[in-house]
This record gives sequence, structure tokens and C-alpha cells, in this order.
Amino acid sequence: MLKIKDLKASIEDKEILRGINLEVKAGEVHAIMGPNGSGKSTLASVLAGREDYDVTSGEVDFMGSDLLELSAEERARIGIFLAFQYPVEIPGVTTTNFMKTALNQIREHRGLEKLDAVGFLKKMKEKMKLVEIDQSLLSRSLNEGFSGGEKKRNEIFQMAMLEPKLSILDETDSGLDIDALRIVANGVNTLKSADNATIVVTHYQRLLDHIVPDFVHVLYNGRIVKSGTKELALELEEKGYDWIKAEANLETA
Amino acid sequence: MDSKFKNILDQELVPKAEKFAASLNGSAISELGTARSEALDFLKTNGFPAQKAEAYKYTNISKEIAQNFDFSFKSKKTDLSIEKIKNLFVPDMEANHLVFVNGVYDPGLSEITSDEKDLKISTFAEVSANEPGKLESLFGKHAKSTRDAFTALNTAFTNDGVFIEIPKNTELKLPVVTYFVADANEGENVSFPRNLYLIGQNSKADFIHFTKSLGNHKTLKNQVDEIILEENAAGSLYKIQDDSDISYAVGETKVYQPSNSRFSAITVTLNGAVVRNNLNIDIDGEGSEANMYGLYLTKGKTHVDNQTEVDHIQPNSYSNELYKGIMDENSKGVFNGKIYVRKEAQKTNAFQSNNNVLLSDKATINTKPQLEIWADDVKCSHGCTTGQLDEEAIFYLRTRGIEEGHARAMILRAFAREVIDKIHYEGLKEYVEKEISKRLSL
Repeated sequence: MLKIKDLKASIEDKEILRGINLEVKAGEVHAIMGPNGSGKSTLASVLAGREDYDVTSGEVDFMGSDLLELSAEERARIGIFLAFQYPVEIPGVTTTNFMKTALNQIREHRGLEKLDAVGFLKKMKEKMKLVEIDQSLLSRSLNEGFSGGEKKRNEIFQMAMLEPKLSILDETDSGLDIDALRIVANGVNTLKSADNATIVVTHYQRLLDHIVPDFVHVLYNGRIVKSGTKELALELEEKGYDWIKAEANLETA
Repeated sequence: MDSKFKNILDQELVPKAEKFAASLNGSAISELGTARSEALDFLKTNGFPAQKAEAYKYTNISKEIAQNFDFSFKSKKTDLSIEKIKNLFVPDMEANHLVFVNGVYDPGLSEITSDEKDLKISTFAEVSANEPGKLESLFGKHAKSTRDAFTALNTAFTNDGVFIEIPKNTELKLPVVTYFVADANEGENVSFPRNLYLIGQNSKADFIHFTKSLGNHKTLKNQVDEIILEENAAGSLYKIQDDSDISYAVGETKVYQPSNSRFSAITVTLNGAVVRNNLNIDIDGEGSEANMYGLYLTKGKTHVDNQTEVDHIQPNSYSNELYKGIMDENSKGVFNGKIYVRKEAQKTNAFQSNNNVLLSDKATINTKPQLEIWADDVKCSHGCTTGQLDEEAIFYLRTRGIEEGHARAMILRAFAREVIDKIHYEGLKEYVEKEISKRLSL
């Protein structure tokens, strides 16, 4: 589904990603872990199409499309979804209205008819249950005055509505208490299928107790320095990142 | 202070105003005489604002007028129909429709549907003939010539005009829509529309103004609306200013509110060359409420200056002001909000805010809150923000599949919504929303 080859990206001449290689197949869950400043969020942003970064080299193939050639909205339309670490507050735009616009623009792109009000409402009701989100929250201005947990549930609600092929969850566990974490993870797990894939970007292992990854990658200094299975995450939880750093530094030295 | 343009206006317009007064001869409405003399005296003594005059600091109005008009005052009227005029705005709006062409009321083009006992519309000449003394007791008593040269100029040039009265204990169901059409098909057009409104005790009425210039020549509109509420009355004035790129406007809306009255002014400026709105509200009674909302959506070289003033004279009153601007290209915005709270006006609540989004590096806004408070037990606040469009918010929407232009427009419409939601007529609201969408190329 997703093939990243030697991806390098920088911001203001500072190189953050220094050659990422990663392949994600349909049906898989990949966790990207790593210490602060290792480039995890940058990778998520570059895949979603954030223009602040300069991609200096590499290729990203997503289901046959050259992802790096596409705008953020085009990426969303072919099935990329980024759950933000810090969801943006937009006063005056309700989640409901904004989802209707987004869904219909995506459907239009895919040659599908627009959803009518009844169809949209039905779909919304169904997805609301999934993340235990209340109607009243969706009628309010997007994320404005939402608690941390509400913002993240709203992200997963949007993901459920848009039914992406590849979901990238950027530090979705940050700022969540255990109940919210369970709800968010539950939503992600329910949406999982043989046709889609998930990349979970996280600093901590705790989210991975709930969203169990097939593969774990450790990012350090802009490179994936170690890959393994879910046991690697447990090892990191136990031993911290220092041994990874030492190993990686040894290799570059 | 540079007085070059002031001098030109003083030399051109003051004698013209005097000549106009002389030319009226027998047709002059005597009840307007005192107000006209005061206006002429003011103009002869003070003339027009010099450059950087405090009240016109960011709008060099004398220069704009001096450079753009030759004061020939040659306006001709071409063929117009009420349908044609309505089609310019909200064609099927259920309302009373009044048409002013070149500043003069045209009863032939107007359509008044409300019952005459609920809505009395008379020209100044008619009211003077039918109810002697009434016009003189109201006209110019609140919109004072001594406070602004352009209120004086309008007063000096007023002989026609319309008096709109809602008698006591009347709730006017249909709004009064007034179209101010300047016909500049055959040459520059200068007009001085002047209206007087009286909303009687316990009565309620809404007014909607639409402004339009026709033709390819420049227009100058110097308009004064004097709105008087009686006790426990309520009213709204919506001004939709969608003029041509070569239309100039300067004038005053003056509102007088006694006890337990409520008034809202909603000013939407969509286009024009230079638009200067003076909105002044006196709250001269307890338990009254004034709301001032504004939205200016500018592009090109449009210059919009909103000067508002609310004077809390008596205790226990409330005022709320919210002006929002979306400015693109080389447009300029000015906002100056004055709030006066007199010594007697204890327990006043007054709030003001002005928020702006600049869409281009060349657009500018000058915003200035001005609070003068002599009472000690009041709640007042003011604030202003100016910024660019939130790029992070746009990116967020785009990652959900929403096209960039659409995302920008969504955010701007959301920004404007707070003001648009104050429009209580569906058709009018849709019209404004449609104009905004058009502007944001949605």
C-alpha cells in the first residue's frame, strides 16, 4: 500500500528526515516510536502533505500514486488520513458541516454521488457510536473548548466518517486519560480491516497495549534504526531509548 | 496642517450651499430654516476637515472629494423601474419598498404595503403642511450640524426628504426597505439623501438600506439618517453598502434612544471607493440597549472608515459593538469606536470588539478604541485583533479532503458569521452570504 524509499525532508535548511525506508501493506498496523525530536511527527506531516517541509529526496508510493506530487487534499481524497497531535480549533465551523463538505468533496473525487441529508445523518449516527461522541459536541465549533479527550475522539470520528485506506495517528495518546485512550483505541480497532492500514506514531508504549501493532519501528535522528514486532515496544518501555541511541550512534560513528 | 483640499471644498461647496438656499425661495420649507442657517453658519465658520483633522485622520475626505468631483451637480435620471431596482438586491423580499433616486424620494417607484395607520411616510413638505411644528421639533435636533461638516453639508442641501413614522403601540410586521440609487449614467452624481425616522412609544420597526450607483461616472453620496425612538421602542437599521468602485460616501446615522429602548445597527460594506460611516447613538434613558454590528469585506482600492460613537448619558444601559473586517488586495480599513460613559451613567455595560483578517500584505487596518468613562461603577471592555488567515486551520481542513480555496472560504465565512447571524431577515442574510461567497470565489 505504502512504500517509502530514502525519504529526506528538511525545514528551514535543517534536515529532519535523513533517509526513511518503510513499507506498509494492507491490513497491517505499524508503530513508529522514538525519542522526542527524532522526526516522528515530521514523517506524519510529510506524508499528509504539510507544505512547511522541503522534501529533498526520496519517493513515496501510495497505492500506485506518487504521493509527493499531490496536494494535502488530493492525498486525503485517495485515502490518507492524519489524526493530528494538536487538532486545530476553528471557530464558527461545526464538525457536522465540515464533515459534510469533506465527505462530499471526497465522494465527488471518487465519482460518487453526494450524500443527501438523510444519508449523511445515518452515517454520522453510526460512526458517533463507535467513538462514543455526543451529537452536541459535533454541533459546536470544531474543537473549540473541547477537552483533550474530546478532541482526539473527534479525530477518530472524522477518520471513521472518511474511511481512509491509510490512517496516520500522530501522538493520539498524548493528553488522554485511560478511559479516553480505551475509547480511541477501540474506535481504531473497530475500523481496522484487511483493506486498510494504520501507522501509529507514539512516544510511549501504553497506546500499543490497546492498538496492537504488527511491526514496531524506532526512529532516531531522522532514520529508522531498529524494526521489530510488538515485543520491541515492550523492550523500549522497560529500557528506555538510551540503548537505541547508543547503538545508532555506534553505527554512524 | 495641510489645508489645500479643505480650501478647495470650502471655496466650492460653501457658496454652492448658500446658492442652493437662496434658490429655494418660496419653495423652501420654513420649518427647516433654522437648521439650514445653523448648518451654513457652521460651514462658513469652520468649513471642511483639513488633512489629519482628528475625526478624519485616516480618511482624507476633503482630498478625495476635491480630487474626484467637479461639483457641476449635473445629475440626470434615466429610466428605472422598481423591478429593476429590486433585482439588484433581494428581488422577492416581502417589505415596504421606498426608492430614492439621486437623493430624492420617488413615490412613483415606491411600493408601500403596510397599512397607513402602522407606517406613515410623508415628504418633509407634507408633514410640514399637515402637522405644523412637528418637523421643526425633530429635524436636526440629534444629527447636529455643529458636530460634523458633512452633517452640516447635508442639512444645508436638504429641502426634500422623507419622514417615516411608526405611531405608538405598533409593531411593523414588514421592514421598510429603502433603495438609494445614484444615477451616474450621464455624468457625475452628487446627492444628499436625508431622512427622519420616528419609532413611537412601545413600537417596533426595522429598516433596510441598499446603496447602488448606476452608470460609469463617479458618485458622491452625503447621507444623513436621523432615527428617533420613543420610550420602550425598538428598531434596527441594516445598511448594505454595495456601491461601484468609483462611488464615494460620507454621512451620519444618528440614533436617539430614551428609556427602555432597543436599537441595532448592522452595517455591511461590500464595495465602494471611499466609504465613511459615522454612526452615533445617544442612550439618553435607563434600561436601554444599543447594538452596533459591522462587516466590511474589501478588495481593490476600497477604503472603508467606520466611525462609531455611543454616548451613555443615563444609568443602567447596555451597548455592544462588534465590527469585523476581511480585507484583500490594496484595501484599507479604519475603525474608531468611541464609548462615552457620563458621570450619571452608573451601572453602564459597554462592550466593543473589532476583529480583522488581512488577506494581502498590502491591505491595512487602523483600529482605535476610545473609551471615556466618567462614572465609577461600570463594566466596559474593548479589544481588537488583526491577523492573517490561520494557515494551520486551512491545512487541517485540507487533510480532510477539502480543496484549499474552499477551506479558505469556509474559515472566512465562519469569521463573518458572528455578524451575519445578526441579520434577522432570511432573504437579506442569504443575499449577504451569497455576496461573500462570490467574493471568496466559492
